Amino acid sequence: MNLHEYQARTLLARYGVPVPPFRLVSAAGEAEAALSALGGERWAIKAQAHTGGRGKAGGVRLVEGRDAARAAIGDMLGMRLVTAQTGPAGRPVNDLLVEVPTDIAAEFYLGLVVDRSRQRMVLMASREGGVDIETVAARSPEAVLTAVIDPLVGLQPYQCRELAFGLGLEGRAFRQFETVARGLARAFRELDLSLVEINPLVLTRSGELLCIDAKMNVDDNALFRQAELLAMRDPRQEEPRELRAREFDLNYIALEGDIGCMVNGAGLAMATMDLIKLAGGQPANFLDVGGTATRERVTEAFKIILEDAQVRGVLVNIFGGIVRCDIIAEGIIGAVADVGIKVPVVVRLEGTNAERGRELLESSGLKIAAARGLAEAAERVVAALREGAA
Amino acid sequence: MSVLVNRETRVICQGFTGKQGTFHTEQALAYGTRMVGGVTPGKGGQTHLGLPVFDTVREAVMTTGADASVIYVPAPFCKDAILEAAAAGIRLIVCITEGIPTLDMIEVVEVLRATGARMIGPNCPGIITPGECKIGIMPGAIHMPGSVGIVSRSGTLTYEAVRQTTDLALGQSTCIGIGGDPIPGTSFIDCLALFEDDPATDAILLVGEIGGAAEEEAAEYIRAHVSKPIAAYIAGVTAPAGRRMGHAGAIISGGAGTAAGKYAALEAAGVVTTRSPATMGDAIREALNRRERVSGGR
Repeated sequence: MNLHEYQARTLLARYGVPVPPFRLVSAAGEAEAALSALGGERWAIKAQAHTGGRGKAGGVRLVEGRDAARAAIGDMLGMRLVTAQTGPAGRPVNDLLVEVPTDIAAEFYLGLVVDRSRQRMVLMASREGGVDIETVAARSPEAVLTAVIDPLVGLQPYQCRELAFGLGLEGRAFRQFETVARGLARAFRELDLSLVEINPLVLTRSGELLCIDAKMNVDDNALFRQAELLAMRDPRQEEPRELRAREFDLNYIALEGDIGCMVNGAGLAMATMDLIKLAGGQPANFLDVGGTATRERVTEAFKIILEDAQVRGVLVNIFGGIVRCDIIAEGIIGAVADVGIKVPVVVRLEGTNAERGRELLESSGLKIAAARGLAEAAERVVAALREGAA
Repeated sequence: MSVLVNRETRVICQGFTGKQGTFHTEQALAYGTRMVGGVTPGKGGQTHLGLPVFDTVREAVMTTGADASVIYVPAPFCKDAILEAAAAGIRLIVCITEGIPTLDMIEVVEVLRATGARMIGPNCPGIITPGECKIGIMPGAIHMPGSVGIVSRSGTLTYEAVRQTTDLALGQSTCIGIGGDPIPGTSFIDCLALFEDDPATDAILLVGEIGGAAEEEAAEYIRAHVSKPIAAYIAGVTAPAGRRMGHAGAIISGGAGTAAGKYAALEAAGVVTTRSPATMGDAIREALNRRERVSGGR
């Protein structure tokens, strides 16, 4: 789960990370009070949306004077921010973070991730702040300083010193760095994060460290014990069908193509998308109904797929292990009868009670084609689309 | 011969009297797995499915001599269940549960390293040596005793691979589902080493997916240490970057973990690859044939 910058900054402040004051503006009427509270004549206005690359996409503006600030706030509230990461639909901007710009002497990167190969948390720091850490790592790996954290003892002071010396920090900022790094490590653990980045962590002209942008992702698997973070979820940032799918415990991800697919199991679902592509088609979505798909979940999944206006054909691929194919067939028949059907549907059932499932589909009188093989199923749905187009 | 489990393996179930534990223990018993008991704290002394129920894993191990445990307890309690099994001397811990917090697993693998217990999973279908021992949720009927060792990050995609090798009458020596989480207890490399040493395994089928670098690391290992024929399929060529594709570990981040990169690494290590999940069986046969041609030419 992603958090907004303002939420991340608020949380980090709790862990002793120095964060400059800001005001959140969610309606134009709140602008005046926010500007007065912050004071000064220059402000930075930052769109709160779940995406990186906001600066380049017009999601961050520096303004001078109250008129300009009010105009920018009016412009930005309600806009859809389209960045390299969001796709053409972009993300809605419902909140703006307003702050007084910082006098910057140097910019650093500081981030904490789970290193899957080491099976440990790793703290990363770089003198190239404000740049993607992946870009830095690809160009000059030696520019990324790392500290591997032993889960049994946590981040140690010597590791902080190593990084602080590596970044060339001195005096007050050097001492501050240990507070920031250890605060970050503590937040990561206590909040069950999967990623936290301060980019940039800046050194001000007065020699202080300050966090002026933060990104925080929470481990979805840990939300059961992070009630406060769960309450910070912003559903407006999510694709509506993905949101609904989650309510039914379905893993659904909208894609750009026109062949909807419904599969049991995440690996097989990805493999089915790949098969559609190999057969010359484009998948409209990823959808895993789960290894133990029930009739109700199948019905709901089918409805979600058919609601996508892009979908011109559907491929269902089920390998019945524990779950029985006849139950799945009943779910499909129920869903198709419920929502009506205007596009070709190809169903491939394999495993437990597959034969019975295929019989049910064929005798249903509905426009559903039963396929046997994996490749055959993908080829048939792609062919059906071509016929429809011709 | 086989890998990790066989007809001698004595298995207990943690979360025994729950719905999942009950259903899958019945299935395991029907398959012939030597289930020797189960653990549900507070229900010790009862009998369930004709087997003794224990309050603690330690008691279960002392009474039954169990050396393997399968875990079906809910995700919030899995860290505790795994550590309890390891502390009681269980040698093989198979954790089926999906949705365990990553930081829990980081702590678990750290402790397991010190105890020497092996964990398979979490978020996996389990492990099966066909005809001998089934530990997990895979459908037993599609398997066939044979010569292909299968290791996979996915559940249903493993069944697909099993079905194809069964249809080709190659069968399987052992199938290991290592799971779809970012911090698995057992890696591809661990399984490759086991299959390489197993006389019953003639060839290895590796089923990977996007995210992380486990397949790239496996390719490095294969180059230096594996002599047996290997075929591989990687799911997720069409997966978009930055999105979690169902499995917690299946995500392309910062341009790393793509299917293309994994295919390139495996091919450079001499692995036979296929772009289609419908031809995993053909790929393993091709790997076997290629090896025969090479040895025939010597």
